[in-house]
Amino acid sequence: MTGFETTSLEESDFELRLHEQFDDTIARDQRIEPRDWMPDGYRRTLIRQIAQHAHSEIIGMQPEGEWITRAPSLRRKAILFAKVQDEAGHGLYLYSAAETLGADRADLTQRLIDGRQKYSSIFNYPTPTFADVGVIAWLVDGAAICNQVPLCRSSFGPYARAMVRVCKEESFHQRQGYELLSTMMRGTDHQRATVQDAVDRWWWPSLMMFGPPDGDSPNSEQSMAWRIKRHTNDELRQRFVDMTVPQAAALGVTLPDPELRWNEERGRHDFGTPDWSELHRVITGDGPCNTERVARRRAAHEDGAWVREAASAHAATQAARAREGAAA
Amino acid sequence: MTDATPRTSAQWPLYEVFVRGKRGLNHVHVGSLHAADERMALTHARDLYTRRNEGVSIWVVRSDLITASTPDERDPFFAPSGDKVYRHPTFYDIPADVPHI
Amino acid sequence: MHDDHVHPSPSGEHVEADGQWAFGTGFEDPLYGADTTVPDGIDGAELASCCVLLADDALIAAQRLAQWCTNAPELEEELALANIGLDLLGQARHLYARAGRADGTGRGEDAYAYFRDPAEFRNVRLVELPNGDYAFSVVRLLVFATWRLELFTRLTDTPDPVLAAIASKSIKELDYHRSYAAQWVVRLGDGTAESRLRAQRALDEVAPHLGELFTPHEHLRVDVASVRAETTAIVSRVLDTAGLVLPITESATGGGRDGLHTEHLPALLAELQSVARADPQATW
Ligand SMILES: [Fe+2]
Ligand SMILES: [Fe+2]
Repeated sequence: MTGFETTSLEESDFELRLHEQFDDTIARDQRIEPRDWMPDGYRRTLIRQIAQHAHSEIIGMQPEGEWITRAPSLRRKAILFAKVQDEAGHGLYLYSAAETLGADRADLTQRLIDGRQKYSSIFNYPTPTFADVGVIAWLVDGAAICNQVPLCRSSFGPYARAMVRVCKEESFHQRQGYELLSTMMRGTDHQRATVQDAVDRWWWPSLMMFGPPDGDSPNSEQSMAWRIKRHTNDELRQRFVDMTVPQAAALGVTLPDPELRWNEERGRHDFGTPDWSELHRVITGDGPCNTERVARRRAAHEDGAWVREAASAHAATQAARAREGAAA
Repeated sequence: MTDATPRTSAQWPLYEVFVRGKRGLNHVHVGSLHAADERMALTHARDLYTRRNEGVSIWVVRSDLITASTPDERDPFFAPSGDKVYRHPTFYDIPADVPHI
Repeated sequence: MHDDHVHPSPSGEHVEADGQWAFGTGFEDPLYGADTTVPDGIDGAELASCCVLLADDALIAAQRLAQWCTNAPELEEELALANIGLDLLGQARHLYARAGRADGTGRGEDAYAYFRDPAEFRNVRLVELPNGDYAFSVVRLLVFATWRLELFTRLTDTPDPVLAAIASKSIKELDYHRSYAAQWVVRLGDGTAESRLRAQRALDEVAPHLGELFTPHEHLRVDVASVRAETTAIVSRVLDTAGLVLPITESATGGGRDGLHTEHLPALLAELQSVARADPQATW
């Protein structure tokens, strides 16, 4: 990929210097930019992570998107429509960052719909009630914010900048969700019950969004060294729990974890262990909605092929006409 | 002729997008997008990068037409230039007792 | 060194402070701040009826655009279609709010959108037809946006200042919708053999619904003949560029303005109203 001619010893010296320069940039906590030299592993890891992140934004439109046409007030409809649209935008910012590394969006999309690249398993759970819309925005977007705010300082410039854009928009997402839930909690008994039910279903999957425990997260260490990641999975999970507990109390819902309690000594909350075997099942494709989510994305992409081709064909014809016009 | 080309060729080319945030400022690179032609690129840029009125003017240019000072990956000495994340408000730690920030 | 704390969390004390929230959460009343008294000499009931039919067109069109969400032919088009849908939804909300003040009932936007039956909706049939393929959707959008832009241009000097203001705001949006649709109709007409076929078929399907757009209505006081002439001229110019032809099969079938709809509207409304009607006591 780098196209070095491996003819002389001088060349490998040169590469060594490039590597030192790279390490030095990282050590000084500066950003790596697309045209800088970077180790292949760094490039590969970033492409994989950014692509998975982009796929998650796009697939993540589906569970909530199902409710736009049924939102129970015009105000909620507008908010939800704008929110889901933002997620499409996030996907595009991220694909754009991945493309600065030499990845190709069409190829990444193909990998997604062929099941060769993953997205966040949280989006494989169903959204049976409108309360899910609020709980997803509160907990899932909330967890995403915990993950993404540190990524605004990720070592790769385009990724960090995409995250800045994304984070700005995410605060609207979480707040509108929380506001919906507070409104519902002030509504009827039935509404309160549906909110609690949604919280019961989304709490553990949200905790699993931070990935496996640090001990089982083999790639984490390298990503931290490269400053692609800035905190471990467990640190971020703890931060999310500490942030969410008072919000749940203010809302009047119970988080479904009997082990959840304040630990005076640590100054943080203790909480139970998620069912990691379930996470594994969902990641490996056995979640409630895996097939349906990917199938929808595939259908949209394939059904749209004739539209994209038409636009390309028209652009080619226009260019040819312009050339003829210039020649005449 | 176009009908005979395989479906995978329908990928639209990449455009870089530059937005003037407000009068008096330079256009700033904000990212990229795919479009079949310049007009579509402008339309898409408006929809993607200025949804919250972030701009008063947009430039788009095909990524493969850009000439850069570091044409290959051999030159590592180009100081990272684009990282202005510190200018973003979310980057600062706001004390908890300051309301509504 | 700065630490990367998460955003100020939406804890209890922030919840009431609606004004502090980001875009999209602080607009309970679409006409907040506007003087909504109906000026002397204007028939409130007639004004309300005019606003409702214009709002119904926008709401149903927005609902159809929302159905494209996650199904668009390219991700960039997701953004574009959603922007157009959101604009139209905004127009509907302003117009319903105006109607509720004008007819003296004080009804809110949701009373109109969620608690009327299909026969009470006054939208033209064109907007309630299913999305079909992308060709149908953009051909319909071209016709709809061009026509609505002509209507609203004429409404900018309507006697009611609120409706005039809504019209002025909307024409900027509609101008963009028209341009988006026109670009796509040209691309499809001048694209591949398949896209050309689909675009022409879409036109054939849309044509019979044009008559209704130009049928005079007692409460929509615009010069229908000039709306027709302008709309047809603009659409024809686009079609010329696209190499497409508008069939002359156009007939005045319609009745949407009188509540006579196709079978598609009840299905669309059943979905739109399902949650709101399931529990009318609920608050959202
Ligand atoms: Fe997002
Ligand atoms: Fe989000």
